[in-house]
Amino acid sequence: MNTLLGYRRIAEGIDPPYDHGAYVSTHRRAPKRPLVQIAHTLSEITGPRLGAEMVGAGDTDLTRFAGGEALGERIVVTGRVLDEDGRAISNALVEIWQANSAGRYAHDVDRHDAPLDPHFSGVGRVATGADGVYRLATIKPAAYPWKNHYNAWRPQHIHFSLFGPSFATRLITQMYFPGDPLLKLDPIYQSVPDPAARERLVCAFDIEATVPERALGYRFDIVLRGRSATPLEGDAKGGVR
Amino acid sequence: MSRPVTPSQTIGPFFHRALLHEGWNDLAARGAAGERVAIEGRVLDGDGAPVGDAMVEIWQANAAGRYEHSEDRRENRPLDPNFHGFGRTATGPDGRFRLRTIKPGPVPGIGGTPQAPHINVSIFARGLLKRLVTRIYFPGEPLNGTDPLLSAMPAARRATLIARVAEGGAAERVLHFDIVLQGDNETVFLDV
Repeated sequence: MNTLLGYRRIAEGIDPPYDHGAYVSTHRRAPKRPLVQIAHTLSEITGPRLGAEMVGAGDTDLTRFAGGEALGERIVVTGRVLDEDGRAISNALVEIWQANSAGRYAHDVDRHDAPLDPHFSGVGRVATGADGVYRLATIKPAAYPWKNHYNAWRPQHIHFSLFGPSFATRLITQMYFPGDPLLKLDPIYQSVPDPAARERLVCAFDIEATVPERALGYRFDIVLRGRSATPLEGDAKGGVR
Repeated sequence: MSRPVTPSQTIGPFFHRALLHEGWNDLAARGAAGERVAIEGRVLDGDGAPVGDAMVEIWQANAAGRYEHSEDRRENRPLDPNFHGFGRTATGPDGRFRLRTIKPGPVPGIGGTPQAPHINVSIFARGLLKRLVTRIYFPGEPLNGTDPLLSAMPAARRATLIARVAEGGAAERVLHFDIVLQGDNETVFLDV
């Protein structure tokens, strides 16, 4: 037991605040009371270990669906899932979802007047290898309008969901594309206080990941919290700080 | 080499097809050992309006108080091959969610103080730029009185973490647990 380590706290400025005035949906959903910080116990340093067993045939290639080729610009998205110490997180499930090349989600709630693509589900799944690397083939999503404010448009993005090694490392985020002029106008992207942290949500074009005659390559590394130096038993204050 | 962490962003309203899987709301379906419980509740916003597009995930120990994870090495607490401890569901348009599971055993806390049986909860939704974390504790548990988290809370706040007994079926205990994102009865949310 004495060798078990907690996870580091996330530094100020990296994660968005709950209450972010420019993003209207936060107004009635953000808690008003401060969170209660708890020291890590087995409950936080354990977590579901979902990996390759969750990935079926075709889940890593979204460019073909229901017997046909999806419309749009084919891309490859690849990168490593790491912790803060640069250690690869292997056999970790990565779940993604996104709009199609016209900016429409295959989802009942999406009323945007843009065409659905019967050959694009917008849903993918992959597990990292021993070196933490994942690779997905998909279609570049388009921007789409939303109702947050007058003439509001979401930049092109792909949603990512990961668990990492524990309950404490759970992360849902969004990956954006370099050079998108909508980034500076997007309240969700801009909710990340630290500009350097914000830029880590933008993938990088990578000729090495580009597949000749087929698809442009983009690199997107995802860094999850690393282990703290303090053993779990080291906190004498009784578990709540 | 040190690498800074990737920031969180909202799950948005369009996650259902990607993240919901058949059976993930029933952790007890495969014959897990332990007392069966159904947990029902609503996710509510600061106006008391239902949050109809939230995702609720749970993570818990088995009936013996063991987490199915390589870092829980307590061999005297057996693993249960029929229980894995993870569940996921979404709220309906009325803000309601329902999960079936088993009551976990107690797990050790800091300094060896036992933690009362509890379920770890993550809530994601449009308008939440990062997840919210809370815990579901069980009503009438003797260990609730000495649980490090519960006993550090004022009584009114503590009550938001303890499920209430609901009208039950004969087969299983039904507990009610509302998640109030904002307002007078705001749920205690944890910074983990």
